[in-house]
Amino acid sequence: MGLEEKAGNLGFVTTTLETVVNWGRTNAMWPLTFGLACCAIEMMGAQASNYDLSRFGMEINRPSPRQADLLIVSGRLSRKMAPVVRRLYDQMSDPKWVIAMGDCASCGGVFNNYAIVQGVDEIIPVDVYVAGCPPRPEALIDGIMRLHAKVMQEKIGGKPHTHDEQIVVEQKDTGLIQVT
Amino acid sequence: MSTLTIPSPHELIAPAQRGERESMVLNMGPHHPSTHGVLRLVVDLDGETVVDVAPDVGFLHTGIEKTMESKTYQKAVVLTDRMDYLAPLSNNLSYVLAVEKLLECEVPERAQTARVLLTELTRIGSHLVWLGTHALDLAAMSVFLYAFREREQILDIFELVSGARMMTSYFRVGGLAYDLPADFIPTVQVFLDTFGQRIDEYEDLLTNNPLWLERTVGVGTITAADAIALGLTGANLRATGVPYDMRKMVPYIGYETYDFDVPVGKNGDIYDRYLVRIAELRQSRKIAYQALERLQQMPSGDYVTRDRKIAPPPKHEITHSMESLIHHFKLWTEGFKPPVGDAYSAVESPRGIHGTYIVSDGSPKPYRVHFRAPSFINLQALPHMARGRYLADLVALIASIDPVLGEVDR
Repeated sequence: MGLEEKAGNLGFVTTTLETVVNWGRTNAMWPLTFGLACCAIEMMGAQASNYDLSRFGMEINRPSPRQADLLIVSGRLSRKMAPVVRRLYDQMSDPKWVIAMGDCASCGGVFNNYAIVQGVDEIIPVDVYVAGCPPRPEALIDGIMRLHAKVMQEKIGGKPHTHDEQIVVEQKDTGLIQVT
Repeated sequence: MSTLTIPSPHELIAPAQRGERESMVLNMGPHHPSTHGVLRLVVDLDGETVVDVAPDVGFLHTGIEKTMESKTYQKAVVLTDRMDYLAPLSNNLSYVLAVEKLLECEVPERAQTARVLLTELTRIGSHLVWLGTHALDLAAMSVFLYAFREREQILDIFELVSGARMMTSYFRVGGLAYDLPADFIPTVQVFLDTFGQRIDEYEDLLTNNPLWLERTVGVGTITAADAIALGLTGANLRATGVPYDMRKMVPYIGYETYDFDVPVGKNGDIYDRYLVRIAELRQSRKIAYQALERLQQMPSGDYVTRDRKIAPPPKHEITHSMESLIHHFKLWTEGFKPPVGDAYSAVESPRGIHGTYIVSDGSPKPYRVHFRAPSFINLQALPHMARGRYLADLVALIASIDPVLGEVDR
């Protein structure tokens, strides 16, 4: 893996605890097996043969929220479903992250009506928004990469995981990429 | 058949809570990996045996029918994609056929042939997701990876014609959104040529696999009479031996001119549903070949009706002709006004008969749109099939009915 070349024959490497822990978290981030609507099919596409999400250490989806680190809200969230999603989020153990996948989860999308929650951030904090209806698997993978970059910046032992910084990812073909 | 009652979850839970029965009430979903979305099942269990099941739907209710009432006819096409998100083009077709019926609009031959080809590709794509997830639910992981490999090829074709992988909105009232691109025919040809062999590969993995047979043969059997009484359509009905297919019974978009068979099963169990859908993959490929051959003969350009009151003129005309500009402006600001009346159209979607009923009050927006969603009706047969079976069979049953919750709840 190149580690031997870098460390030479010294037998040890130096790093910070934060880097090691964050590196571990990004490379074994387990998403919750949870799909809502159309975006869930593209999420399955991202995990299937052509896009192969396991390249990023994310092939193990956990159906139980207790074992999952990442909630990908993939699809429109109805008012009937909202309490369920909130409960799933509460059941996940810290540290935990949320990706709002698609326009409906980000802002309600085309469904500005009585039935759909206008953005999942009304009920749970969101780390990364991925635009698209539905976003391509590449867009989802890009969102996940940005989440990984965010996790690498996190501090250990400081304040608990907060969601002050939010990253907005636009779909690449629109040419709008904005990171804040 | 015995009378079929669908108990409400509260009715099921109450006796067990009062301690009147030994049975246990188990809540399955809406967050459950094998419910194929957000279906909630309240299962009444006696040990491992299912005594009764009550499906609780509505967790994905999107208000699509109501939202359509505030959109013009051509803008509502976009919403139909998002009902049955595994077969967006079948939904498009069902809707635009109903509007075309209201308008009594003629659609060019090339558009109809392209519709046939693309809906058959949609059927293949949808069945591939069914096959992959069904096998995954019964712990056969590799089929999922193979099925999605071929599905990506179909999504690439959709992207080629419309620019979007899934939500294409490619069928418009009067024809297609754009003409088919130049490299459409070779791309489809490559896919169809390789796909026959791929179906054999899936069959090698499953059809004679003892583990697969153990889980599917004789499970969830339903008789033809019960299936008809419950309103089942699609592969679920045909697996019981009833050869009912809208493409044969009430042909639309020229299906009567294509040569294909309607595969039927015998026993109406999960295995027969599997065999019927696999056979449908082959039939869809056969129809797609015929449509492709016809498209090759047809000159390009004639992809949408020439009635400028219904379909906008092409872009190059708008820059030259004042009349075209006015038509374009009127269409996208106001829309067209169908006569007062109602229309129903039905197509054979991958899940069964997908019907659209539209009531027009003469305004540019529909007064009421209602969909006959095959998933919703097929799902009501689940308690009938599941009673007396083991809990593990319930997982196989949901997958074999192949519901799409976006369409169930709308």
